[in-house]
Amino acid sequence: MTDVQTPSRPLAASPVASAIATANTDRAGALVGYLPVGFPDLDTSIDAAVALVENGVDVLELGLPYSDPVMDGPVIQAATVKALEGGIRLKDAFTAVERIRARVDAPVLLMTYWNPVLQYGVDRFADDLVSAGGAGLITPDLTVDSGADWLAASDRTGLDRVFLAAPTSTDERLRLAIENSRGFVYTVSTMGITGARADLDAAARSLVARLREQGGDSLCVGIGISTAEQIAEILGYADGAIVGSALVKALSDGGVPAVGRLAAELAAGTRR
Amino acid sequence: MTATTSLRDEAGPFFGDFGGRFMPESLIAALDELDAAYQLAKADPEFHRELAELGRTYTGRPSIITEVPRFAKHAGGARILLKREDLNHTGSHKINNVLGQALLAKRIGKNRLIAETGAGQHGVATATAAALFGMECVVYMGEVDTERQALNVARMRLLGAEVIPVTSGTRTLKDALNEAFRDWVANVESTHYLLGTVAGPHPFPVMVRDFVKVIGEEARQQVIDLTGALPDAVTACVGGGSNAIGIFHAFLDDASVGLYGYEAAGDGVDTLKHAATITMGRPGVLHGSRSMMLQDDDGQTLDSHSISAGLDYPGVGPEHAWLSSIGRANYRPITDEAAMAAFRLLCTTEGIIPAIESAHALAGTLELGRELGPDATILVNLSGRGDKDVETAGRYFDVLDEQGNITA
Repeated sequence: MTDVQTPSRPLAASPVASAIATANTDRAGALVGYLPVGFPDLDTSIDAAVALVENGVDVLELGLPYSDPVMDGPVIQAATVKALEGGIRLKDAFTAVERIRARVDAPVLLMTYWNPVLQYGVDRFADDLVSAGGAGLITPDLTVDSGADWLAASDRTGLDRVFLAAPTSTDERLRLAIENSRGFVYTVSTMGITGARADLDAAARSLVARLREQGGDSLCVGIGISTAEQIAEILGYADGAIVGSALVKALSDGGVPAVGRLAAELAAGTRR
Repeated sequence: MTATTSLRDEAGPFFGDFGGRFMPESLIAALDELDAAYQLAKADPEFHRELAELGRTYTGRPSIITEVPRFAKHAGGARILLKREDLNHTGSHKINNVLGQALLAKRIGKNRLIAETGAGQHGVATATAAALFGMECVVYMGEVDTERQALNVARMRLLGAEVIPVTSGTRTLKDALNEAFRDWVANVESTHYLLGTVAGPHPFPVMVRDFVKVIGEEARQQVIDLTGALPDAVTACVGGGSNAIGIFHAFLDDASVGLYGYEAAGDGVDTLKHAATITMGRPGVLHGSRSMMLQDDDGQTLDSHSISAGLDYPGVGPEHAWLSSIGRANYRPITDEAAMAAFRLLCTTEGIIPAIESAHALAGTLELGRELGPDATILVNLSGRGDKDVETAGRYFDVLDEQGNITA
């Protein structure tokens, strides 16, 4: 497939990587919080994201609603369907990033499937994300070996790019993800889609160990995490923990106050 | 065209600008494993022998060709030959791909097959292969489709498969693919995703094509044996595009043979209710590959519409997008109305009840015959039989009432 490019900017210069590093100095590690743009509506999703940061989330992951989200479980699917039905457009993601950044200082990553970026234009998307104050992209269905356009655009703009590492990835592919990610490597805890799980897979611990062996130094574990206890456990071996579905459910059930309360509870898991 | 530039040699992952592999990292290992196993199998005469044996003793290969002169009278008198994939075991061309992939799954040591299905033809074929090989089988089917193809749901359950109605998204074929991918991500160690068309991430488009290209290879020789010449045109319906690529592929290097794929135009391509992906779509990434697709300005997949569940898909296989882009194959829209008229015509003139999917190819052939004139020979892929569509067609033609009872 495509040639692998070397990142032009060292990991240390990444706003996301430095937020994670700071969290690891001050506390046990970083809390990354996911919410979809536009759920239940644009204004509320912005307020909810701000509430996450005010209650201890270190890095925001804003999901761009997409019609065919193959990595997402039922909770996030239901939320993104509602956002799309409410008329959320791609450009609203830039508005959301801009308005969140005006209110809180945490770095904001967009989590997006690849086709919306492709249709918007990869370079145009990167430029508009920079203008909005966004930190970069998490790309669940774009791997390094299929991502030449994005590697080039993110190198040109200095945006962070988070690739995924899975329990089934070979060592060679883990190195590919590490060498080409900026910010962190999204360490997929378990073989499955997003959604809270009672018991975290031992696969997460062993995958983090494998990534460390390959030189990974900013590793956040995601998928299936919903409690402070799980976060505390993960931060024993990883640099950050990512929570998504549990936050979306809290927002869905109890609005901004509830999602803020849950964020505070989860943040307790980052204490040493 | 010289052998060195054969259009038949495309081996992926890309066909021109189309194809590739846009998938979550969690599935890359499985796709690599599948690709490696397929390359080994492809080079192994024993694999081909086993598959050919199954084709002969289980599917009923080679399928015959049937000349349909009474039908052809309505097509300007052109000579029309049907490749009878409807006579295959399980009733459509889908069995060819399914047996190939099931054999491959057995080689990799995966004992659980999952599949998506629209009309139910691919689901039935997969359930059949699972029963034949003693494998577990789960079929994802959009809830809308389980309602309009209830008979095939029953068929799959009788064969021992679990059918899961998909309630996410638009509850049709594209959402069934999403659910199958989600299942695969979670169960990849034990499970083979038996994708039913020439779409999806590499190696599926190439591998599925290789398993269905026997259709055209047989038909090409059969037409030559019958008429002493190549046909002037080859026609097929196109949803994801497996039956079309199956019959086109053998003819790709025969420059004199026109290739025509008929997409479902639903209520018409001037409405929002159609599934004419190549005619009306633009390039994008859906379900793991770059191809033509129906989408809005933001890249959100648009709902497709067709009376035929099997063509009701907003994407298309990347090899078709490529064949269209280089002008080798033509893709044209056929409305529900035109397809149903052709359906009825084949029933009453030839005593053959086609699948509504295949009726789109028949409707296109009626138009094409009038274009090409009475000296033309047209080979049509009759990709499936219409048993599963009796209720839909019965209501459409008022033979059955809304409750499915015989009208007075």
